[in-house]
Amino acid sequence: MKRRHFIKTSMGAGVATSAAIAFGNIDVLFAGSPAPADLPYDLVAVRNGEPDVMFDKAIQSLGGMETFVKPGQKVVIKPNIGWDVSPERAGNTNPLLIKRIVEHCNNAGAKEVYVFDNTCDEWTKCYKSSQIEELAKEAGAKVVPRNSESYYREVDIPKGVRLKKAKVHELILDSDVFINVPVLKHHSSADLSIAMKNLMGVVWDRMYWHRNDLHQCIADYCTYRKPDLNVIDAYRVMMKNGPRGVSVDDVVTYKTLIVSTDIVAADAAAARVFGSAPEDIAYIEKAAALGVGTFDLSNLNINRIKL
Amino acid sequence: MFFLLFSFLFVDFTSAFSPKIINGILFFQFVPSFLKFINTLAVISIGFIVVFVLTLLFGRVYCSFLCPLGTLQDVLWNLASRFKKRKRFKFQPPRNLIRYSILGITIIILLFGSVLFLNLLDPYSLFGKISSNLFRPLWYFINNTGAWVLGKFENYSLYRVEMKSYSWASFGYSLGVFGLILWLVYKHGRLYCNTVCPVGAFLGLAAKFSLFRIRLDETVCNSCGICGSNCKAECIDTKNKKVDFSRCVGCLNCLTACPSSGVKFSVSRSKPVVEKTNSMDENPRRNFLKNATLVAGGVMTVAGDAFAEGLSDGKIPVKKEYTIIPPGALSIDHFTNSCTACHLCVSACPTHVIQPSLFQYGLKGMLQPYLDYHTHFCNFECTICSDVCPTGAILPIGLEEKKLTQLGISKFIKENCVVYTDEKDCGACSEHCPTKAVNMVFYKNDLKIPEVTKEICIGCGACEYACPTTPKSIYVDGNPIHKLAEKPKIEKIETEVNPEDDFPF
Repeated sequence: MKRRHFIKTSMGAGVATSAAIAFGNIDVLFAGSPAPADLPYDLVAVRNGEPDVMFDKAIQSLGGMETFVKPGQKVVIKPNIGWDVSPERAGNTNPLLIKRIVEHCNNAGAKEVYVFDNTCDEWTKCYKSSQIEELAKEAGAKVVPRNSESYYREVDIPKGVRLKKAKVHELILDSDVFINVPVLKHHSSADLSIAMKNLMGVVWDRMYWHRNDLHQCIADYCTYRKPDLNVIDAYRVMMKNGPRGVSVDDVVTYKTLIVSTDIVAADAAAARVFGSAPEDIAYIEKAAALGVGTFDLSNLNINRIKL
Repeated sequence: MFFLLFSFLFVDFTSAFSPKIINGILFFQFVPSFLKFINTLAVISIGFIVVFVLTLLFGRVYCSFLCPLGTLQDVLWNLASRFKKRKRFKFQPPRNLIRYSILGITIIILLFGSVLFLNLLDPYSLFGKISSNLFRPLWYFINNTGAWVLGKFENYSLYRVEMKSYSWASFGYSLGVFGLILWLVYKHGRLYCNTVCPVGAFLGLAAKFSLFRIRLDETVCNSCGICGSNCKAECIDTKNKKVDFSRCVGCLNCLTACPSSGVKFSVSRSKPVVEKTNSMDENPRRNFLKNATLVAGGVMTVAGDAFAEGLSDGKIPVKKEYTIIPPGALSIDHFTNSCTACHLCVSACPTHVIQPSLFQYGLKGMLQPYLDYHTHFCNFECTICSDVCPTGAILPIGLEEKKLTQLGISKFIKENCVVYTDEKDCGACSEHCPTKAVNMVFYKNDLKIPEVTKEICIGCGACEYACPTTPKSIYVDGNPIHKLAEKPKIEKIETEVNPEDDFPF
């Protein structure tokens, strides 16, 4: 299995590299992930399965994790671990999903897989209650602290409208592959917290965003570095009282998963699952206007998998 | 060993010990256990009675074997004598005026419901302050250096931890006391214990009646002075072959030092010479009754506008009427009347929201901790401060009860809020609220603005901490007496998910 993986990946890598060189798309080479055009689908949506099974199906239909992770690469996985609540409360990304993604990365030959989030509640408690620390470690990931400003480095965001600079966690800056794994949930001020909103957890000073037009800052950040892959957990969905939630009664089990390299499309599809129109979510529209991605799902090649 | 364990309690940030173990370790601490007994009448808090009985039997063994400040002084002495030739001790007359005045004042103001002198002088609490304010930053520094080194090798078993806030008053006081003790130790050994410490003075009175005590055997002793020069309490008068056992800290060094077995630790034969003592001889039960009746009459003064902040363009300053006390502390009166500011809760709090105060409780509550929502907020799922508090100032509280204990109430100042001033969405306050007492409601256009439902607010400070404006647009004003909040209304979402449905896109 491993050898076949290796051959497949090296071939894939070779193809991707030559394609990148041929088309002069140096960004692709740098980011280590294929251009969306190389993928069989723009977006994969799965429903009616367990979190890990749905991810197996989704990543398989995109050519396996080898498409995104090359042997020897460093991968950072960014779940939402914002709150000191149990998985049933759906305030954090499903820990089983994170575990399975880590396993796929390791099978694809990743040198190292890191998991972290800049939490809202006290971080050691969040890491524990979410069960993400435990399961990610079980799968061989390094679960990394986030609590000190010294882990963050300042970067320029030239295309940002309101957000021109941000202090970003060193792992986001130094890793080869960046996988964004948010949970879909209601959010009292941003309407919905999905993939773009999840990136608030890679910067140090979130409060700057709140003070300076939250929706615009969310969109602005995505012009800096888009994740190589977005995996949206909509297995359990917090329908109200988000983003922290008050009780399990806020949660509906949708058993859905959305995977895309286009962060705007991923958010648009997740918004639809929630029952909202993507164009009603201000940051989705603002991000599309900045050219981050598209929220018009009708033009996308979507793989819909029902289990 | 005991000393290291004790120090660790006050520097640890990982909750390495369960509260039960911590309570066990602190069982024998005289003042905390006495105050906790007054507060709870619980059998679990009779450590001070055990210490009292021990003293009546063997003298002040507490001072050498149980008191962390005593042990700290011994450690300092050992360190000092490593660098310098060992200083010899010499018999000194007691400084009874200072000694019993301090004890007297301590007891009198305690009867009037103030623990100020215990707060400032109780040896356990002083040790706590010194550990928490001086040793803890040092420990964090060592840990962070370790974490940094390991981090270079991609090992994350240690993580960096920061002093989120620092009380200079508390630091200054701890440093001052530490300096004083260092100097006293060098000059006269355990002079602190025999002149300043109210616990030492009190147990000293009890030691006058001890069954076993140190004495010089007149038939054997040749007044060679060796025992006296080894006595860190400087209470052995070798010339007259007398031992002032009220000042003996029970280290028993004299027994081993004596070359001719002239120092005896045995049942006293002669009746103790009772010096004329003032009537401060303490009886716990009587004290309890007096105290209980007088506590109610304790007068509180609270500094009101300690939080006034810089202002610009029509913004409104935050004025807190009452300081916020930890869950389980019942009321400002109860808390300030029982807390000796040992700062164990300051060290144990995982979010570091508990910080030493300056004058938030007035002069009498100096250095007693409060919840500082600039530093962080009170974690919803946590009761650690109430679990570790050794004096009962913060009484044990169940998690479910804690989640409904209203420490204060959030107040919204619209004029400072981003939604009002900039007409942009924010909602950081509502995001963090664990009960959704702070909720976003439609304001104008598509904008949403915070609204507080007082009944379900527990005053945890998450909203205040998260608020990005200066001055804050939302803040918690403390309840001088904690109240019970209502449970948040919980309605089950009625959404049928049909697996046969198609994707909505």
